Amino acid sequence: MAKKRKRRIFKVGYRQRQALGGLLFTFPFIIGFSLFFLRPFIESILFSLNELQLGRDGYTLVWKGLGNFSYALFQHATFNERFVENITDTLSTLPMIIGFSLFAASILNQRFRGRSLARMILFLPVILGAGVVLRMETGDWAYIMAQETARANYFAGNALRQILGMIRLPDAVLEYLIEVITGSPEIIRDSGVQILIFLAGLQSIPPSVYEAADVEGATGWEKFWLITFPGLSPLILTNLVYTVIDSFTTPQNQLIMLIEQVSFTGAGFGVAMAMSMMYFGFIAALLALVSVVVGRFVFYNV
Amino acid sequence: MTRLQQKRLTNIIGTLFRVAVLLGVSYVIIQPMLTRMATSFMNVEELYDQSVKWIARNPTLNNYRTCWVYMEYPKALLNSLTLASVVSLCQLASCTYIGYGLARFQWRGSGILMGLAIFTLIVPPQMIRIPLYLHFRYFDMLGILKGQPLNLVGTYWPFVLTGLTGSGFRNGLFIYIMRQFFKGMPRELEEAAYVDGCGFLSTFFRVMLPSSVPGLIVVFLFSFVWQWNDYFYTTMFMSTKNFLPQALETVASKAAQVIRQTDMVAVTSGLVQDNFNTVINNAGMIMVITPLLIIYLLMQRYFVESIERTGLVG
Repeated sequence: MAKKRKRRIFKVGYRQRQALGGLLFTFPFIIGFSLFFLRPFIESILFSLNELQLGRDGYTLVWKGLGNFSYALFQHATFNERFVENITDTLSTLPMIIGFSLFAASILNQRFRGRSLARMILFLPVILGAGVVLRMETGDWAYIMAQETARANYFAGNALRQILGMIRLPDAVLEYLIEVITGSPEIIRDSGVQILIFLAGLQSIPPSVYEAADVEGATGWEKFWLITFPGLSPLILTNLVYTVIDSFTTPQNQLIMLIEQVSFTGAGFGVAMAMSMMYFGFIAALLALVSVVVGRFVFYNV
Repeated sequence: MTRLQQKRLTNIIGTLFRVAVLLGVSYVIIQPMLTRMATSFMNVEELYDQSVKWIARNPTLNNYRTCWVYMEYPKALLNSLTLASVVSLCQLASCTYIGYGLARFQWRGSGILMGLAIFTLIVPPQMIRIPLYLHFRYFDMLGILKGQPLNLVGTYWPFVLTGLTGSGFRNGLFIYIMRQFFKGMPRELEEAAYVDGCGFLSTFFRVMLPSSVPGLIVVFLFSFVWQWNDYFYTTMFMSTKNFLPQALETVASKAAQVIRQTDMVAVTSGLVQDNFNTVINNAGMIMVITPLLIIYLLMQRYFVESIERTGLVG
């Protein structure tokens, strides 16, 4: 019996065999996706259009149409404000994180003594940055106070502003620069995985390209912009996406906190679902836009 | 200046710059840890004392003792270890298996499925939280199981089921990592196995899997660490069980309550103030992350090396 079956598999064509093998290996994901992702996803869309009432054995839905959405947008006190705040926050930290992790990765990629120690330390935030530590910090007043005073001391308030002011930068740029400098601990802590991804990318650029550039007499600056940067460009997109999804789970995400609070103590599941639908929809549109824009500049080697 | 001297000079400047940047960044990363560690050995009074900055005048282990008792540390540690191991092993197995399927077979489905896996990443887990909870609370496998729906909340099943089907926390990322890893492996390996009469499964288990250890380490470490730190899924599916993050969250208030009821001297001398929370929390946090640090230190060599070979590149 077993023999017969084996022979039959060999008789089907190459393409069918490929599809068969693909199915054999991906069926757990197909099951998982449809049971534990697609179904809840569709249900959450349904919930956002209904009011959910929990009963003893199951739940009932009361149709509300777009009522939940209009409640969130027009009646809820802080949703709009938090939403805009959250999006501008994400957008302003994105370039910082990408820039810093690119920079750190290119340093960690050089050969020098103590490199593995440096790498070990820079990847520590991957281990410690998530969850517990951050969560405790947001609730620990003594810690927050200490950070604030430390910040004030380091940059002595206006001293930094004055120094930067001497270059006569436009105000918006100045504010952004100050934000970059004072926010640097968070930026550094949030870039662990991104550094890792860039580092892996740097490793994949063949050394022979650099050797050829050396022979031609290229400077380090030229090598960076003409070899390294184009080689890493596909990963910039990966890192953008990762940075955004990473922001969903930090306890510092005020919008998510608001949604959690609404779903358990506030206006109910339906409104919370409507809020998260809008949040997700906006993020997805943003990522789509970014990937189209960035995608035009991405250089694919293969 | 000759060309050689010029080159040497730029090298020296480059080295100095690198050292400065790395020291600065390392300081930013390590400083909060050291502050925590220093504070965890202090008395409450010493926190007020401006002259005590780093090293406690009378180092005490009292904070650790309090945490040990009120976090029910041994039990919570065991719970967290069990859950993180179960979850990370399940996710590792499924994501490796799925990632291989997406990397090595040319059929129409693989592109679509990879897209879907990325899609699961972009959706915030909070969004499908309530339906997912209800799904496990009244579990009926899309109506396949007849009769009374099962209540799987409070058991390991939600973790095992989502883990084994590659739909746990950020599993899309793990699938992606493993797919990239397998894509970078030489095709000859597989062909040799097929020629020698291996089927799909035995090729995977006997040829490809043994040479994918670097990728496995990266995925395992991520999965373990994220589950260890997780608060979201444990409160959703196992809110009654005591895991380390939850224990840490409540330890200060628990201890303060007991002290208020039993020790009047401590209350009147202002022992149970905000600073009490700080010292206790710091000690507790050190206790929560120490196991992770140990694992990281043990695995970091393989971890850092294997990143170079994962070819996480898109």
